[in-house]
Amino acid sequence: MNPTNYLYISALLFTIGAIGVVVRRNAIVVFMCIELMLNAANLSFVTFARMNGNLDGQVVAFFTMVVAACEVVVGLAIIVTIYRSRRSASVDDASLLRR
Amino acid sequence: MLVNNGLVYLIALPLFGSALLLLAGRRADKWGHLFATAMSAMSFVLGAVQFYEMLGRDAENRAVTQKLFTWISVGSFNVDAGLLLDQLSICFVLLITGVGTLIHIYSIAYMDHDKDRRRFFAYLNLFIAAMLLLVMGDSYLNLYVGWEGVGLASYLLIGFWNQKPAYATASKKAFIANRVGDMGLSFAIMIAFATMGTVSFKGVKEAAEGSSQGALTAIGLMLLLAATGKSAQFPLQAWLGDAMAGPTPVSALIHAATMVTAGVYLITRSNFIFDAAPTAQLLVVIVGAITLLFGAIIGTAKDDIKKALAASTMSQIGYMVLATGLGPVGYAFAIMHLLTHGFFKAGMFLGAGSVMHGTGDEVNMRKFGGIRHFMPITFATFGLGYLAILGVPPFAGFYSKDKIIETAFYSGGIKGILIGSIALFGAALTAFYMTRVMILTFAGTPRYDINNPPHESSFLMLLPMGILAIGSVASGFLLARGEALVHWLEPLFHAHEGHGPEILPPVVISLMALGVVIIGASFAWFKYGRGPIADTAPTNVSIFTRIARRDLLQDDFNESVFMRPGQALTRLLVKTDDVVVDGAVRGVASATLGSGAALRTSQTGFVRSYAALIVIGAIALIAAIWAVTL
Repeated sequence: MNPTNYLYISALLFTIGAIGVVVRRNAIVVFMCIELMLNAANLSFVTFARMNGNLDGQVVAFFTMVVAACEVVVGLAIIVTIYRSRRSASVDDASLLRR
Repeated sequence: MLVNNGLVYLIALPLFGSALLLLAGRRADKWGHLFATAMSAMSFVLGAVQFYEMLGRDAENRAVTQKLFTWISVGSFNVDAGLLLDQLSICFVLLITGVGTLIHIYSIAYMDHDKDRRRFFAYLNLFIAAMLLLVMGDSYLNLYVGWEGVGLASYLLIGFWNQKPAYATASKKAFIANRVGDMGLSFAIMIAFATMGTVSFKGVKEAAEGSSQGALTAIGLMLLLAATGKSAQFPLQAWLGDAMAGPTPVSALIHAATMVTAGVYLITRSNFIFDAAPTAQLLVVIVGAITLLFGAIIGTAKDDIKKALAASTMSQIGYMVLATGLGPVGYAFAIMHLLTHGFFKAGMFLGAGSVMHGTGDEVNMRKFGGIRHFMPITFATFGLGYLAILGVPPFAGFYSKDKIIETAFYSGGIKGILIGSIALFGAALTAFYMTRVMILTFAGTPRYDINNPPHESSFLMLLPMGILAIGSVASGFLLARGEALVHWLEPLFHAHEGHGPEILPPVVISLMALGVVIIGASFAWFKYGRGPIADTAPTNVSIFTRIARRDLLQDDFNESVFMRPGQALTRLLVKTDDVVVDGAVRGVASATLGSGAALRTSQTGFVRSYAALIVIGAIALIAAIWAVTL
């Protein structure tokens, strides 16, 4: 199968993720969309590794997973804390740093 | 040259007196005036001792020097603070300390009622010290220090009664007019250093022979500018009349006998420059000729006795400057007239002060009249000064002024006849205005309350007037006898290169001078001596009289040509500062504020809009890279 198709899927996933981040208000959904974008990037890395015949891209994909895991820990903690204090998980409500 | 380490005391004594009186404050009120007078007198004694020692040496070894300390030493530029006392300086030293001491004595009585008498004497001592430094400095830079010092003392003393705004303004006017001249002196020093690499009199004299004509002319013109400022010569003459705001002893010492003659000293001291720069020398003659007429014409119209005398001073210094411009033959006569003028003009100013003292500080001559009956001694001393300034033989002015007129006639060609005639006409005008002063003040009927007549001044005031009157009688004869002063000064100048053709025998010129003096004096008698004098100035007078009363429009000219455009320029610059410079600063500030306010609206606080912007930015970046690489 032509590896280029994986790149198309990667681009599609990334776009869906990006649109999700911009249009959805629920912090959990936004968060999942970010994960989607990260994984789209991972898919690209792995595909490039395959196309170029070396392991660099795959190694970077592992790194991305580690970073994503850390980010989930921190991000979920923030979301839960905000939800506890404000009874809302809408990202638009958390706009107090405006001024 | 001989070294004498005692010279510095001449200057140090009055300087110490001045500092002590200023620092001691009110504690010195009781004895300050006596102390200052003693300092000045001791300085005179030291000067007299120096003169006596100088007489004992032969002509080549008369000058003595003293090095005080190394003042400036930068690379090849070395200036020592050094003193030089030669035949020329000693004339001034004796005049300054001699007349200065007499005026100190006079001031003890004159300023008796002034609660600031101590401060007055401190300034007088400061003036003596600065003036001595001026004439004893051995380089232009040292001279410059004294030059500025006398300017300061003059400013302080003109504005001594600065509680009156007009007097304070007069002192500022004098200071500013002097600054213009001082600028000329500093330029002359800079040009001398740039072209010759030295500023000492000795060095410049040696370097002058190999210097270019242009440099010498430039230095000469700048020195002339300096002289016009300090000596109240055209075109910087306007300050002298207003300088009469100072107490009368100040007018006598600073604005008649000594400081205003500093310009003549400067030109005479720089004879090696002017002799080598004919253009500058010609301009010196022109300035002198203009001023001697200018001052004399103003003198004919003034009702204020001090201002009439001030105009006369201006005119007489015009004679001296004219003489210095006539080259080697003229210098000695300029100095001779300077010395005799120092006697008779200081004497007359003190006489005017005595009259003012006796009449309750009245200066308007139309309010005098017949004062000779009440103040006979003042009348006698003033009268001797009057005869001296007119040039009546055998009084002092006859010897000095006639020589100047004579030398002017002999300077050759049309120029000689022209400036000789101007000098002669000036003598007639001098006779007119001085006779007018005499008649208005001392002759005629009293034009004041006869029940409260003026009283004769005290002994302390009459003594200096008497001594100066003796000087007005005898100094001319003593200085001219056997050409004593000419021979005395000869080693300094390339003197006796001879003058031009004697177009008229000297005795004829003397008779002509005497003739015009008699004409001028009788004209004044016909005009003022016969009828009663109005006690207010008549207003239905010709336009010429009105112009002369307005000092020949000198202030109007300065105001319209320099002051008002200067003020307009200042206003323009202030406006430029406000609009352009401050505008730029304020513009940067408001631009920063405005752009900040505009950009702040993009900071909505909504995470999603930030994310959208990041996405758009990323897309734009990729598009840009794609577009470039494609």
